[in-house]
Amino acid sequence: MTQKLKVGIYWAASCGGCEIATLEIAENILKFIEVADLVLCPCIADFKYDDVRAYPDGYIDVCFFNGGIRNSEAKEIAELLRKKSKTLVAFGACANWGGIPALANLYTKDAMIERSYITTESNDNPQGTLPQTSYKMPEGELHLPKLFDSVHKLDDVVDVDYYVPGCPPVAKQIWSCIEAIAAGKLPPKGSVIGVGDKSVCDECPFEKKTEGVRISKFKRPHLEKPDLTKKAELNNKPQCLLEQGFVCMGSATRSGCEAQCLKANMPCRGCYGPAEGVEDQGAKIASAIGSLVDSQGNSERSAEIVAQIVDPVGTFYRFGMGNSMLRVKKL
Amino acid sequence: MTNPRIGVYVCHCGTNIAGKVKVTDVVEHAKKQPNVVLAKEYKFMCSEPGQAMIVEDIKKEKLDRIIVAACSPLMHEKTFRKALEKAGINKYLFQMANIREHCSWVHEDGAAATEKAKALVTGAIYRAQYVEALNDREAPMNPATLIVGGGIAGIQAALDIADSGRQVYLVEKEPSIGGHMAQFDKTFPTLDCAACILTPKMVSIGQHPNITLLSYSEVEKIDGYVGNFKVGVRMKARYVDPKKCNGCGDCWQKCPAWRVEKPKGDKKVVHNALTLGPTKAIYMPTLQSVPNVPVIDKKSCIYFKNGKCKICVKACQKDAINHEMTDVVMDIDVGNIIVTTGFKTFDVSKMPQYGYGKLPNVISSIEFERMNCSSGATGGQVLCQNGEAPKSIAILHCIGSRDKEHHEYCSRVCCMYALKFAHLVKEKTGAQVYDFYIDMRAAGKGYEEFYNRLLEEGVRFIRGKAASVTDYAVFPEEEGKLIVRCEDTLVGKVRRIPVDMVVLCSALEANADAPEFARLLKLCQGKEGWFTEKHPKLAPVSTASDGIYIAGCCQGPKDIPDTVAQASAAAAQVLTAIAKGKVQIEGVGAEIIEEKCTGCKICNDMCPYKAIEFDAVKHKSKVNDALCKACGTCVAACPCGAIKAKHFTDEQIMHEIEGVLYDAKL
Repeated sequence: MTQKLKVGIYWAASCGGCEIATLEIAENILKFIEVADLVLCPCIADFKYDDVRAYPDGYIDVCFFNGGIRNSEAKEIAELLRKKSKTLVAFGACANWGGIPALANLYTKDAMIERSYITTESNDNPQGTLPQTSYKMPEGELHLPKLFDSVHKLDDVVDVDYYVPGCPPVAKQIWSCIEAIAAGKLPPKGSVIGVGDKSVCDECPFEKKTEGVRISKFKRPHLEKPDLTKKAELNNKPQCLLEQGFVCMGSATRSGCEAQCLKANMPCRGCYGPAEGVEDQGAKIASAIGSLVDSQGNSERSAEIVAQIVDPVGTFYRFGMGNSMLRVKKL
Repeated sequence: MTNPRIGVYVCHCGTNIAGKVKVTDVVEHAKKQPNVVLAKEYKFMCSEPGQAMIVEDIKKEKLDRIIVAACSPLMHEKTFRKALEKAGINKYLFQMANIREHCSWVHEDGAAATEKAKALVTGAIYRAQYVEALNDREAPMNPATLIVGGGIAGIQAALDIADSGRQVYLVEKEPSIGGHMAQFDKTFPTLDCAACILTPKMVSIGQHPNITLLSYSEVEKIDGYVGNFKVGVRMKARYVDPKKCNGCGDCWQKCPAWRVEKPKGDKKVVHNALTLGPTKAIYMPTLQSVPNVPVIDKKSCIYFKNGKCKICVKACQKDAINHEMTDVVMDIDVGNIIVTTGFKTFDVSKMPQYGYGKLPNVISSIEFERMNCSSGATGGQVLCQNGEAPKSIAILHCIGSRDKEHHEYCSRVCCMYALKFAHLVKEKTGAQVYDFYIDMRAAGKGYEEFYNRLLEEGVRFIRGKAASVTDYAVFPEEEGKLIVRCEDTLVGKVRRIPVDMVVLCSALEANADAPEFARLLKLCQGKEGWFTEKHPKLAPVSTASDGIYIAGCCQGPKDIPDTVAQASAAAAQVLTAIAKGKVQIEGVGAEIIEEKCTGCKICNDMCPYKAIEFDAVKHKSKVNDALCKACGTCVAACPCGAIKAKHFTDEQIMHEIEGVLYDAKL
């Protein structure tokens, strides 16, 4: 019998959702433990960093790394895991492009800390205490990891072999990745795996009209319901949510999730990232939506309509800020 | 893949480039770049020996990418592409770096200009690694031509083309062709009679075997592309069958209803009705109408009001009148289109300080033209509203022109027609003429001489734009007169000049329906609304849409000689295109990568040339190569990167940027 695969799962700047999603493979977990041993997973097992440091280089067969690089600890462990792993996989939106935490890249580190520790309405911090990287105690000096100026994606700091997008990646795709790894059937290095090759529209239960539909009012999914009685002429499916005015990222987002959100009548949030060959997902959807605005050739009207999109950067770059052409806000 | 073999040629352009940029430095820099096999400099790359050098090097050094750092690609890209073809390699493997217009001409500092030239050349080199061979395509050319607008421009172009034996469809929205020129009496500076020179041409249009005249018609729909346009023309119901009507006039003589009534009471002349009438409900637009067929004005016809009358039907011996006639939409196929839709005159009531519409005897220039026309309401006499000849007239230039509140541009013709007016007034009434001008613009053959003639004829020229016209008398001699207030800038004083009549020389402006028409034909409009030519100097009658040409005032204000010249130029362009027999379509364009397209249809409506179709069976969009103009709109709009801009791929552009920033300190 061949040796079992040694699998590591690590979280950096992330929420833990990727681990939960991994558990969603359900009964396949039994098959998983038949072929693999976990050698690191801070979420569910008590491995220490020193345990990892003690592994020989290349000891870990596959490391699923989720979360972005927010501080010096994440960078250090990313470098360590790169050394210890034969295959390093950027797992989930945050490791791929920074994810939700990277929205902080719109602000400077100082502005972010001030908001978090001083001006947030629920804070009770009369002395204005801020986190320090070191603190002298009678017992000796304490160290905390240093916060970086912005959130980076994993491949900004180390070489990455494969990319699995999603927030979180859907269980079915996770399992297909594990199967492919176990069978040794992997595409060329640098590939995005566990995805489809088109955009979410390909799997979407809605359909656009053939021509002539323009958006004159943007709607938000928690305030208004999509109209499911409106049908597209083409195949009688309900009319595309984007056309109905809901900002849907689907057309600019890689397929693979089986359009789960849309099947629940919610517009796509774009967590599977840009389609193959596209650099900047937010820029793509911005130009696509821009081209749908019912401007009637009037720039004022067009500006009024576009102004209805609440938090455009946060919407278009909800997961992609760490990979955006937009950079830290200039002061 | 083998590495590309790049040849770089840096042009001196005499001293145009070499006078500022250190060409040798640029060459040395280019030599160090990846895959550059050779880099050379030469005095004039576009010259015969310059091109021969490229051809020879391609053959000898087996070069497969050529970069010329010289002028704008608009100028010489074609020249060098031909050299590549001559040497047997695909012309799209050529890349131009513009180090003249973008560099040597616009910078003062030679050292910095040299650095910029290096950056531009590096960008071209980086990009060249990724350019691909492309193939041009061909489509057949339909030899028929559509001309929209039957003024002098459309008439001239139609006759030029039809005389060469080609079919022409001339569409005119009014019941008769002739346009503005047909409304004039005399033309400047020769003072020959407009009708005498225009009418023979109008008649030729009506009789020409190769011209199909579609008067009282409008273009409604245009599909297709150069060589193969499909046009829908709506022929409005005129209620008179042109095939039966012989133009005898029995109908309008008997017609009891007036479209524009004759003046009544004190008013002997109704100036603002001069352009229309007086005419009956069934009327002939002018005595020289082509086609010589009347039309019924639905608004004033008694039958259309209460279903009774039809006196005209009884009067007509040819049985030509039919009140039940409806609009007919006709589909025509043409290869080229000439747009000669002309202009409209500025609405002078927008400038209330001149009293138009409120004060009697303040009239617009076109009304003055009609009054002077011998076939007009006054038989060509210049008369005030009370039927008497004026003793003094003020002619006010630049009403709506050269005015930032209205039109910043000069309408070009007003100075000259104002001089013509002054002459006509002198000739017909002997009245004193005051001519208020800002600058006398008499640039044209015989124009300055005409101005001198008017100076000798005793016209009082006052340099200064008239401020206002009022009937409020301050001095006794102003009682019952119109008073023109003006700063006479030569005297340096404000003057008040009492006159009997004021003529406002209104600006020429783009037609009200120009934006709609521009959308229909995919024409561009400048900020003032005129249709935009492809190049202001080198392609004045072509447009950004292949196969669509513009001539006359729809492109900008101009006089009759210029209009006719442009019309003939456009006709010559069309005939050249027809003579080629085929349409060459550039290999550059958008291509939808089928495997990546999800059929989201975002691109479908975006295309300004309607080149994208949706294939419902495959559930994918598709670009029609013949229609695509490579504008890139769909490429930007495609949210999943499924559309490739051939010759402008993301890869090519990103590498070009990288090259331009080769020494950027990040």
